[in-house]
Amino acid sequence: MIEPLLSVRNLRTSFRVDGEWRSAVDNVSFDVMAGETLAVVGESGSGKSVTALSIMRLISSINGRVEGEVQFDGRDILALPEQEMRALRGNAVSMIFQEPMTSLNPVLTVGQQIGEVLQYHRGLSASEAEAEAVRILERVRIPAARNRLTEYPHRLSGGMRQRVMIAIALACRPKILIADEPTTALDVTIQAQILDLIKHLQEEEGMAVLFITHDMAVVAEIADRVCVMWKGKKVEDEPATTIFAGPKHGYTKALLSAVPRLGAMKGHSRPLRFPVVDPSTGAELVPSRLMPDTIVATEQPLLRVEGLTTRFPIRGGLFGRLRGSVHAVENVSFDLLKGETLALVGESGCGKSTTGRSILRLVEPTSGNVHFSGRDVGKLAKGELQTMRRQMQMIFQDPFASLNPRKTIGSAIAEPIIVHGMGGRSEAEERTTALLKRVGLQPEMAQRYPHEFSGGQRQRIAIARALALSPQLVVADEAVSALDVSVKAQVLNLMLDLQEELGLSYVFISHDMAVVERVSHRIAVMYLGEIVEIGPREEVLNNPSHPYTRKLLSAVPVPDPMRRKQRASLSVEELPSPIRAVSWSAPETMLSKIGRDHFVRIPVEKS
Amino acid sequence: MSLSVHDSVPASSTRWRWLKATVSAFNANKTSWLGLVIFVVVCLLAFLAPWIAPHDPVEQNVMSKLKGPFDNYYLGTDYYGRDILSRLLYGARISLVIGIASTVIALVLGSLIGVVAGWRGGRFDIIIMQTMDMLLAFPSLILGLILVAMLGPSALNIIIAIALTSIPSFARIARAPTIAVKERDFIDAGRSLGFSDLRLMAGHVLPNIFPEILVMGSLWLGNAIRTEASLAFIGLGVKPPTPTWGGMIRDGFENILDSYWLVLSPSIAILIIVFGLNILGDGLRDAIDPKLKGER
Repeated sequence: MIEPLLSVRNLRTSFRVDGEWRSAVDNVSFDVMAGETLAVVGESGSGKSVTALSIMRLISSINGRVEGEVQFDGRDILALPEQEMRALRGNAVSMIFQEPMTSLNPVLTVGQQIGEVLQYHRGLSASEAEAEAVRILERVRIPAARNRLTEYPHRLSGGMRQRVMIAIALACRPKILIADEPTTALDVTIQAQILDLIKHLQEEEGMAVLFITHDMAVVAEIADRVCVMWKGKKVEDEPATTIFAGPKHGYTKALLSAVPRLGAMKGHSRPLRFPVVDPSTGAELVPSRLMPDTIVATEQPLLRVEGLTTRFPIRGGLFGRLRGSVHAVENVSFDLLKGETLALVGESGCGKSTTGRSILRLVEPTSGNVHFSGRDVGKLAKGELQTMRRQMQMIFQDPFASLNPRKTIGSAIAEPIIVHGMGGRSEAEERTTALLKRVGLQPEMAQRYPHEFSGGQRQRIAIARALALSPQLVVADEAVSALDVSVKAQVLNLMLDLQEELGLSYVFISHDMAVVERVSHRIAVMYLGEIVEIGPREEVLNNPSHPYTRKLLSAVPVPDPMRRKQRASLSVEELPSPIRAVSWSAPETMLSKIGRDHFVRIPVEKS
Repeated sequence: MSLSVHDSVPASSTRWRWLKATVSAFNANKTSWLGLVIFVVVCLLAFLAPWIAPHDPVEQNVMSKLKGPFDNYYLGTDYYGRDILSRLLYGARISLVIGIASTVIALVLGSLIGVVAGWRGGRFDIIIMQTMDMLLAFPSLILGLILVAMLGPSALNIIIAIALTSIPSFARIARAPTIAVKERDFIDAGRSLGFSDLRLMAGHVLPNIFPEILVMGSLWLGNAIRTEASLAFIGLGVKPPTPTWGGMIRDGFENILDSYWLVLSPSIAILIIVFGLNILGDGLRDAIDPKLKGER
């Protein structure tokens, strides 16, 4: 029998909260074989990150306590003296973190940061370390590696920084790499690149990987074995193929049912509600349901956007001369019917959020028209705009940032009702109670402050507040991106129900193609500020015609290990920048019709 | 799925919970209780001065001039034979009234300027803040000195002078967090709910930056008390027979070599109140900020 490389037995990590010990990880055991990838999956608060930190012995001993046994390479890590542990960290056991932006030291160059590890653990001289650093950067496929050595982290993109983090982690050829949500903060296409890179490096080095994530699709992409954690306990530990084919524990079933699968909606033309599954038994409480047709086809669309352009000037020099501008939104046009959901998809910096904000005039567009139920939003005076905004609301990505921390949620929901004179104090209170109930919260919660709620609850509150003025249009800017899978499914279900009940129209801004497929009627793909493809959901997803749409779709991980993608090339493509010089003029393009309501952007042929 | 939607805590009365949370936050930073106690005790002593002072603070008694401490007078007497303890107690009234009044004026005007400048931004912000910087470039004592010399040394004029010198600091303190808060999503959310600028500034920005301003206020209260004492020390304080701490130090300075207590007790009084206000400021910040409460 082969000995496992890392063997965790009865791990229990507790933290002291208000003088009481509470366990965050409770009696967890698992093994990682050499060369194997074990994915630890769970939602926030499940104890997955704490498990990793416990193995690295990075838990503060002041108010944290780690019990159990962690055997690594025949030694009990938890019993090692601190000095030997230090020699192990970053050497035989390495770790990479979620935020590549904050895990690199901003005042040291990339070369110094890699060199430090090499000099410390492998005792190389400064010049040897530099030569080795170049070699390692090349191994993580960073182009022009030698030039990168003298650069500071802020010069690099998120994907490049994560590559540098991986380079540092791999510098001493570790036997095991612990990766804590390494791709969560990255765009899909970049995520696909980093996952590929980790897989390749693993084959090259033969190292084991402990991969911590909340994303079942990423798990399917990379893991050999999966360990599912729930509320600090391990609930299932099986080979990846077994787990995805037939989950045993109720929680795993609930988790998997809440994961939208890109391509699973073939044949459905309308959005599909997520099933409600009891996490302790796995029984389906409410089955998945196809939403009824909510679209009201009228002569005049609810929202018509024509040639919307938003640019942010970049000024420089002594007199603030215009140096260029960020072309955030370029010539965007679309219609939205009552009861319809249009998804704006694309990667960070493609202008999808700015489009949403420009429609509501939260940023002033440079040019273009926005007509909302027949009125030109751009021409409204300040007072009229404030009245008009009753009918157009926005839900933001970060539900904590979008709620004023100093107001009780009750007063946050009641305030707009009172401000717009839609009722007095008692009416506002009644409506607040009704709204809280409608979004699945208890009316008594109105007295509490935002920090007393979980992320999902806060997003429900934000939705309740947006609904306070009975709007017709809701712009949801990455409204579910920051939420856990199961909570995400709940909030999406709520949004679908509200659409059915109130006939809401949504502009659903998201980078998550699988979620978009589930909830939208039409999809607009944005790239560098332009809509490159727009059409009915089925058309765009089944017959993607613009090369960027195809690239985006192929990068989306699929939660099915049997359909793992075989990618030959390890690309290092970056997202191009939308900053242009003053003299820049857009290449002439046009939207060409290729199907029923399906348009794709093509260059204009010069004759 | 039904995860964590209904994990409710039994709701007790809001006000009561707020008080409890504040008390527990004060408890987390125990020294702040000390600051609060010092401040309250000094205020009480000042308020009760007419009843508890053992002697008349302005009554001269040549027979018992320059008596040392514990010789019938707890803290000794000055050159004119006036009881130092009584003068200290009465002097506290002047210090506190001038300190609190000038700080409140500076706090209100300064935050107003800072919030509006931060909110409006652009050229308006630049002009206002450059003006504030110009004021800030003067040492506050010199500026106060010029103002008092121009206006004449009365309690009201000293309040105005000290308030004017501290407005720029409050404007700076209020402006920086305003700019940060302005960028937060809930301001955009408020805007999309159709709220006016005034409502957003007063109802949403101000409560969020209030802890910073309040902490600054308690620190500047100490500073104002010190400035008042300095002005009095130079001779620009409230007119002489009225006891002030700064004036007492000035009077005692001439005899510092043989009668150290003349200077020592008012100095210690100033030290204690400024120290108390500083640690109270820290405690206030911890107590009022719900973000910090959430993190603990």
